[in-house]
Amino acid sequence: MTVMLNVENARKTFTMHLQGGILLPVVQGVSFQVTAGECVVLSGPSGAGKSSILKMIFGNYRCDGGRISVRHQGEMIDVAGAEPRLVLNARRQTIGYVSQFLRAVPRVAALDVVAEPLLMAGVARDEARARAGALLGRLNIPERLWSLPPSTFSGGEQQRVNIARGFISELPILLLDEPTASLDAANRAVVVDLIAAKKQAGVAMIAIVHDDDIRAQIADRTVDVTTFAAAA
Amino acid sequence: MVEVTGASDQPLLVAEGLTKSYGRLAACRDVSFVLYPGEVLAIVGESGSGKSTLLQMLSAQLAPSGGRVSYRMRDGVLRDLAELGEAERRFLFRTDWGYVHQDPAQGLRMAVSAGANVGERLMAVGWNNYGRIRQTASSWLERVEIDVARIDDAPRTYSGGMRQRLQIARNLVTEPRLVFMDEPTGGLDVSVQARLLDLMRSLVNELGLAAIVVTHDLAVARLLSHRVMVMKEGRVIETGLTDQVLDDPREPYTQLLVSSILPA
Ligand SMILES: Nc1ncnc2c1ncn2[C@@H]1O[C@H](COP(=O)(O)OP(=O)(O)OP(=O)(O)O)[C@@H](O)[C@H]1O
Ligand SMILES: Nc1ncnc2c1ncn2[C@@H]1O[C@H](COP(=O)(O)OP(=O)(O)OP(=O)(O)O)[C@@H](O)[C@H]1O
Ligand SMILES: [Mg+2]
Ligand SMILES: [Mg+2]
Repeated sequence: MTVMLNVENARKTFTMHLQGGILLPVVQGVSFQVTAGECVVLSGPSGAGKSSILKMIFGNYRCDGGRISVRHQGEMIDVAGAEPRLVLNARRQTIGYVSQFLRAVPRVAALDVVAEPLLMAGVARDEARARAGALLGRLNIPERLWSLPPSTFSGGEQQRVNIARGFISELPILLLDEPTASLDAANRAVVVDLIAAKKQAGVAMIAIVHDDDIRAQIADRTVDVTTFAAAA
Repeated sequence: MVEVTGASDQPLLVAEGLTKSYGRLAACRDVSFVLYPGEVLAIVGESGSGKSTLLQMLSAQLAPSGGRVSYRMRDGVLRDLAELGEAERRFLFRTDWGYVHQDPAQGLRMAVSAGANVGERLMAVGWNNYGRIRQTASSWLERVEIDVARIDDAPRTYSGGMRQRLQIARNLVTEPRLVFMDEPTGGLDVSVQARLLDLMRSLVNELGLAAIVVTHDLAVARLLSHRVMVMKEGRVIETGLTDQVLDDPREPYTQLLVSSILPA
């Protein structure tokens, strides 16, 4: 199987300069691999560092040591040491991220929020918007909301817009931070189906889910983040 | 490490060791970076940290005390700005670059019509068909959300937000490859700022512009830029991917800066 992501000995400590420079060790020795078509679930209690690991893979948080190798355009690149330009490239072409909360851009319609990753990948506007509409429809977002900015949507609606934005493009690696947390049963089932379809398409996924039932449905493997606990 | 190949592989602008001293005050010290086509760089930092000084050196309006700026001309050759001839320099200012001032009165001619403000840049690059100039000017007014019925009015009759949008239209009409902006949303009230930011964000994306944006507003940096440089006392103290610097700031000063604003 093709290894899409290889994390080796990654380490993260925050230094809180405004609190007298105290060190907040989060994780150390983080090591795992994800192959194409596989969904690995990160488990562990609140504060264990699950979201931090996803953010390090996405290049949103710095990595203080180790390597985070990602298969980008057929070559392994180390996100931990890459130039910003290369990380941005990898985000456009390789790594998608569904964050726990939607970071809404003011005044941009939900349909365009979802279509944007396709536009960046060079898909024509009409086609991008048509595909965005189809996905929003599948996630039960009523059509009357499509032209509105999501900032006034309910928590669950915002999360579904966020999911649609993450799932619309054909990126080979997807990071999912509690994608089903604020959804009802019907919409959770839609997300489980979307994840299954991504697996079929060979996408490598790393997910954080608290719900045992969802985890059982999507996980090919579980990685226990508490084994990476950093000594305080 | 692999190189990602493509047209944007060649730097557009290269700054090396830029320094500016005023007597004993070093307003800007040893600043080096590379900007690629289509990249948006934000320069943030407190008042007096040297942001505007740096921007003026980058845009050849201020001679550095040390270091140099090189720019890739349209023929593909990287040239030292200090060694350009007058005609080449004029070409950059009129066509290839835009400069958006915080105060629109500095970037516009306040007493001539909006249409002429936009059309003037086209005439400077040799356009002479009045009908085409006017048509292009109106389509740009539309793009920056100014009612075309106001095309014959002078910007002194416009609101602050409209003036700023007109200044942007005037700058972008010649399809520059690089735009400098010094506090483009400063002095506007919050709702007007939000609208201007959305507009700038979509124009920069659509046109694939490179831009260097000076701002003390981190929300502006987050929304517009790919990369940030944090300045303090004339030096760059931290630099990186915008969301990384804002979400995981490393330097004490950057942590202070980030903690003192509301999350974007
Ligand atoms: N930007 C940051 N600055 C300082 N500390 C942070 C930052 N981000 C996370 N932390 C700290 O790192 C630790 C791990 O946080 P993280 O969000 O990764 O946990 P988690 O496992 O995802 O928890 P949860 O299940 O509650 O979402 C926490 O102690 C958190 O406070
Ligand atoms: N022409 C000048 N002569 C003397 N000192 C100058 C001159 N221009 C700038 N300075 C000084 O250089 C320092 C940097 O100024 P600069 O205008 O670059 O700051 P800035 O970061 O843009 O600040 P602000 O956010 O307030 O616009 C300041 O201490 C300023 O007083
Ligand atoms: Mg979390
Ligand atoms: Mg200034």
